[in-house]
Amino acid sequence: MSFTIRKMDDITIVEVEGQLIVGNRQELKQRVLDECEAGARKVLVDFARTGYIDSSGLGVLVSLAKRLREDGGELRLANLNDDLRTLFELTKLDTLFPISDSRERALESF
Amino acid sequence: MPESPYAVDVAIPSDVQYIEGIVAQVAAHCADRQFPQHLLTLNVPVALTEALANAILRGNGEDRGKVVRVRAHINDVELVVEVADEGTGFDLDACTLDPTLADRLEEEDGRGLFLMRRLADRVEQFVDGGNVVRITVRRT
Repeated sequence: MSFTIRKMDDITIVEVEGQLIVGNRQELKQRVLDECEAGARKVLVDFARTGYIDSSGLGVLVSLAKRLREDGGELRLANLNDDLRTLFELTKLDTLFPISDSRERALESF
Repeated sequence: MPESPYAVDVAIPSDVQYIEGIVAQVAAHCADRQFPQHLLTLNVPVALTEALANAILRGNGEDRGKVVRVRAHINDVELVVEVADEGTGFDLDACTLDPTLADRLEEEDGRGLFLMRRLADRVEQFVDGGNVVRITVRRT
C-alpha cells in the first residue's frame, strides 16, 4: 500500500493505493494522526485505487473517525467499489461513516 | 519426488509483512482455476488475511522464531486453505464477536473472525500439533 495526502482548502484528502491491511494500517493511522495534531479536522479518505481492506484497516478508520469527532472534526469516505461496500455493509460500518460515490460529492458534503 | 497435492504449501515467519504475498499467491492460483472475480477480490483475500493475521499475532504472538504454515488446495469446486500456527488453539465460537452490535460498532478491534466466517463458506478450527484454521471458499 501507498498513500498520498493532499490538501484542498481546509479538507485533508487521503488517497489509499493497494490494500489497507494489518501490515500497513499503522502507517496510515500515524500519518492521519499527525495531520490531526497539525490541525486537520475534515478528512476524506478516497478509496478509488484501493484493493481490499481487512478488519485491522476497518478498525483504523473507526479509530480515526472517533478521534476526529472528539476534536470536532469528521472523517468521510469516497469511491468504495462494490467489494468495499459489501465489507462496510457486512460490518454495518456503512451506518457509521458518511460515504459518497465520488470525491467531488464528498468534498461538497463537508 | 511426488507432486504436492497443494497449490500453495509454504511456511512463513510470524511477521505480518508476509501476509500480502501469500494472499496474492493463493488468489493467483484461484484465478488460474477461473474462480469468480468477487471471490478473488473480496472473499478469498480478506478471509485469508484474517486467518494469517490471527495465526501470526495471536497464535504465535508475533514471535519470528515461530512459523505459520499455509497449505492451499484448489479444485473445480472449492478452495480449502489451512493456516497452522504454533499456538494452543482457541474456541472459534466463543471468540467470534458480533461487531455490528451497537455497543461494539465503534470498537477498533474484534471484526477479524466475524469477517472470516461471513466471507468463507466454512471455517473450522482444530488442534493438530499446533492450532489450525481451515477455510473453505466454494466457487459458487
